[in-house]
Amino acid sequence: MTAGAIAAAVAAGERTARSVAEDYLDRIAADDSEIGAFNLVLVDEALAAADRVDAAVARGEPPGPLCGVPVALKDNLCTRGIPTTCSSRMLEGWRPPYNATVVERLRAAGAVVVGKTNLDEFAMGSSTENSAFGPTRNPHDTSRVPGGSSGGSAASVAAGFSALALGSDTGGSIRQPAALCGVVGMKPTYGRVSRYGLVAFASSLDQIGPFAATVADAAACYEAIAGHDPLDSTSIDQPLEPIEDALAEGVEGLRVGVLAELCGGAPPEAPAGNGAPADVSRGVEGVAGDVLSRVRDAAETLERAGAEVRTVSVPSAVLGLSAYYLIAPAEASSNLARYDGVRYGLRVDAANAAEMNVNTRTAGFGAEVKRRIMLGTYALSAGYYDAFYGKALRVRTLMLEEFAAVYNDVDVLLCPTAPTTAFELGAKTADPLLMYLNDVCTIPSNLTGHPAISVPFGRGDDGLPVGVQIMGPALSERLIFRVAAALERTATGEGSAP
Amino acid sequence: MARLARLRFSDEELDELAAQLSAVLDHAADVEALDVSGIEPTSHPQPLSDVARADKVRPSVSRAEVLAQAPSVADGQFRVPPILGEAP
Repeated sequence: MTAGAIAAAVAAGERTARSVAEDYLDRIAADDSEIGAFNLVLVDEALAAADRVDAAVARGEPPGPLCGVPVALKDNLCTRGIPTTCSSRMLEGWRPPYNATVVERLRAAGAVVVGKTNLDEFAMGSSTENSAFGPTRNPHDTSRVPGGSSGGSAASVAAGFSALALGSDTGGSIRQPAALCGVVGMKPTYGRVSRYGLVAFASSLDQIGPFAATVADAAACYEAIAGHDPLDSTSIDQPLEPIEDALAEGVEGLRVGVLAELCGGAPPEAPAGNGAPADVSRGVEGVAGDVLSRVRDAAETLERAGAEVRTVSVPSAVLGLSAYYLIAPAEASSNLARYDGVRYGLRVDAANAAEMNVNTRTAGFGAEVKRRIMLGTYALSAGYYDAFYGKALRVRTLMLEEFAAVYNDVDVLLCPTAPTTAFELGAKTADPLLMYLNDVCTIPSNLTGHPAISVPFGRGDDGLPVGVQIMGPALSERLIFRVAAALERTATGEGSAP
Repeated sequence: MARLARLRFSDEELDELAAQLSAVLDHAADVEALDVSGIEPTSHPQPLSDVARADKVRPSVSRAEVLAQAPSVADGQFRVPPILGEAP
């Protein structure tokens, strides 16, 4: 049942929010031991929230847009009085004294929170294997990873444990797991959704967004959480455009660019396109042939639906990975300095405060978090700042300029979400750089702050889901949802995969 | 670097870390090698400006709730080991 159908049924009194919540909680109880999507299942809280929704419906109060819809929250979103761990020993048992703004907004929309989902520790990772509480598994094949870092949220929607879920996306942490789990995942424009109450990883890149089984559900969830918030000084104070009515509009006359650099450098043969630009020097590494085939299929689909498709080039996109793995660790090394054993979370005591800081951080952080802190400390250190962090910031400028130029010629961009389908657990844990390459197609949107969405589009050679990504300029959410909806209609239509 | 980051590593951990970080920094050679003269840095996707609010008292998080989460508290304050003495 889609979130939209649940909300309609509960609002109409055809179903109670309680019976819906019970169904989902039963499914979690039966199957989550195999998947490991949840750090914490909130049975009592969910049933109490569902009862409140039912009481409001009975009183004739106007139902919220997500009335009675079960939602899962990534466990780096603060929930008042309810443990929020970031899948780290550092925050085990911590109960935040406030709710994230998105949690308040979901509640106001009538949603029912069913639990907190697993993630790579502090959202650092691409497979949800870096969790202090064990990995999450992909519901399509439990020998495979769900992607990450929001792997628990993606798996929750894919397994039917919740109709919606929230994740956070710093370098692809919503879109990449959405692709690997065969669900829709969307990163809004930076500043569209309040970050108040999202535990910070890299503050200039982090953005909260939705997971859903359908594009319409993802749009409804996005609309419920988006909008200005005085508690986040980077929150954008501009009106939201309604999205639902755009979803059926189709893509007639839209200009779609296939982004050559993220399609292996060898541009997919865009049908009736203007041909590859002469100077596509190289593309990013490691994008698999079956994934490129699905992107090509998506391009053909959009063209058949009336879009004008051509291949375009953003040369700096190939620098995104390197720039990101300097900027994000630099910001993380600064943000994570707050875990000092003084005010909350773990403390490992010592004779003096400085020793206590070291003991606490050494015991509380996992290997990947330590790796990123060290990388960021290095990138920011005297003598290396200009060569690494300073240059990475200039790459960001270059990228903003090149994307701005390409959006003069096309309305949206099409490319893969992740370079491959879901890989085996353990396949990339020994080689951090190999793991980082998972983010190569998603990182550019974080560096530019632009919105992007991953929508399931067919299967790979191994039968596992493939996601294609639609990217657009700042504040183009309505447009990218509309293109995603057009692709979804084909992907789920008669005779086509999946 | 570990001292700056307030972390402790064993010798084996340091060896492994050095190799892993070198691989990432080698990959970043493409950025390092770039001629960026004349390009301004971007530290943030938005033009940031100060955001002010009316100077009015509003409800904030509860002090008791905050202190209840602290590892050690004395007299309504966070309690820490002595800050003076030998640095690690």
